[in-house]
Amino acid sequence: MANPIEVEGLTKTFKVPVRDTGMKESVRSLFRRDFKEVRAVEDITFQLTPGEIVGFLGPNGAGKTTTIKMLTGLLHPSTGDARVLGYQPWQRDRDLLRRISLVMGQRNNLAWDLPALDSFALNQAIYGIPDEDFRFRQAKYIETLDLGELVTKPVRNLSLGERMKMEIVGALLHGPEVLFLDEPTIGLDVTMQRRLRNFVLEYNRETGATVLLTSHYMADVVALARRVIVIDRGAILFDGPLTSLADRFSAHKKLTIEAADLPEDVSRWGRVLERTPFRVVLEVARESVSTVAAQMLSEATVTDLSIEEPPLEDVIDRVFTRASDDRAKN
Amino acid sequence: MTAPRTEFSWLRYYRAGARIGFQRDIQYRTMTFVFLLAFLIEPIIYLAVWQNVAVSQGGSVGGYSAAALAAYYITWTLVRVFNLAFDPYAWEWRIQRGRLNDFLSMPIHPFHRDFSFFIGGKVVWTALWLPVAAVLTLIFRPEFNLSLFNVLAFGVAIWGGFAVRFILLYLMGLANFWTTRASAVFGVVIAGELLLSGRLVPLSLMPEWVDSLATWLPFKWTFQFPIEVLIGRLDSAAVWSGLGAQLLWAGGMGIALWWGWKKAIVKYAAVGG
Repeated sequence: MANPIEVEGLTKTFKVPVRDTGMKESVRSLFRRDFKEVRAVEDITFQLTPGEIVGFLGPNGAGKTTTIKMLTGLLHPSTGDARVLGYQPWQRDRDLLRRISLVMGQRNNLAWDLPALDSFALNQAIYGIPDEDFRFRQAKYIETLDLGELVTKPVRNLSLGERMKMEIVGALLHGPEVLFLDEPTIGLDVTMQRRLRNFVLEYNRETGATVLLTSHYMADVVALARRVIVIDRGAILFDGPLTSLADRFSAHKKLTIEAADLPEDVSRWGRVLERTPFRVVLEVARESVSTVAAQMLSEATVTDLSIEEPPLEDVIDRVFTRASDDRAKN
Repeated sequence: MTAPRTEFSWLRYYRAGARIGFQRDIQYRTMTFVFLLAFLIEPIIYLAVWQNVAVSQGGSVGGYSAAALAAYYITWTLVRVFNLAFDPYAWEWRIQRGRLNDFLSMPIHPFHRDFSFFIGGKVVWTALWLPVAAVLTLIFRPEFNLSLFNVLAFGVAIWGGFAVRFILLYLMGLANFWTTRASAVFGVVIAGELLLSGRLVPLSLMPEWVDSLATWLPFKWTFQFPIEVLIGRLDSAAVWSGLGAQLLWAGGMGIALWWGWKKAIVKYAAVGG
């Protein structure tokens, strides 16, 4: 089976008007406007295989949403090519749009003044969902997300979390094969984030849908994606398994040791992050982890020892810091 | 996974879209009614002024008696309700807030979405218009020259006027794809519409060259034409040619919209999230 998403050398450049501040510049801009080109996405290439969930990570303005907008047919690229389910998305073929879905956090696709059920019925007509499929999916998703009492309330009376759950239901009723989730959990509390994540994961497992997800919450990425693509300033910095991200960009691991007879000086093993009489947390060079762990076990009566990767947020931060340093050097 | 089964039909879609438009407007029926009352200020001023002019000129002006003017402006209120369309100013808001992104990600053109919603809304507006029309009729004693042909033709012409104006405003809205500050241009066109549609005053009261010019522009076919069909000022040949003009304008601008949209969507910057 062909890959549901194929991206080849995709670039998007925006022409942005610029002018200095002040009266003189305001008047001058009436006669001559200056523009500068901003490269939002620069020559990116990647593929997603069927059923894959991929985290698309990057700081604000990195080019994530621009890429998603090109892949959902909202934007035309400047150069390069992309195929989603075999279609060039910006041709906006109706058959493609029926088979994908885009969910953007804190956006509202549902009729604001009406109960969500009315919008779901409209979606049924828009996507041409057969009655049987529609009734089955609607009932199932409403039950799974515990929305029974809310679907008859006007959308404007729902909380942000409740609205986002409705949005997700509306976006999945037609059974999309490719799902684009752009910050789907933004602004939601932890419990609501978890419920939405589980729902997406269940949808992916049951239908085999392919998911491209952007999120600033690393918990979303860790829970859903096995593979991540990291983008900064429009260029891809990393594309691979989530587990390899730390290997490549973080030189350290976190060792936590609990022992009744911890040595006084533990700094020879690594940088001390936390210290109590019976517990110490150390940052240890990745290549020295096994040696340090062995030394600890031989020198103290260890009751507990754990070795952890650094938090994903820290790793991502390092990725961007390194990219920024590289640019400064060049 | 396999592609989802689809059973799309335009009729089914338009029914669902119109239902949403109906439900949305009935939800805010009081607000809709207040809007309707606000619309009345404009024609009642025109009516009062022109009835006085007619009386001072011996009973008629521009071929309209005071009672015929009352019929004109009462029908005006219904045609105005039907002429309400997605205005080009709303495009600016829609694009800047990123709402268009939501619509574009769906397999239905935003035109059909808006058109069907407005069709549904007309049912609510018309129902609210009926008591208003009854009161105006009691006060101003209009004189209609009704026939079955006029009434049936009016039923087509009022929808035709709506379609022409809807497509025209939609076409103007496309300017927002090139600039997010296109409001000034719309102001000029709306002013032109006020003068050349028969909205301000029946065109027979305007200089002859204005009346002739209006024949070659779309505005008259959205406003004065349906009114004149109902009040019985047109013979059957004029009615048929007017319906033909509506069809030509709707078709011509529809093609322009189709072509313009293809160009506009390439320019679209998908701002606003």
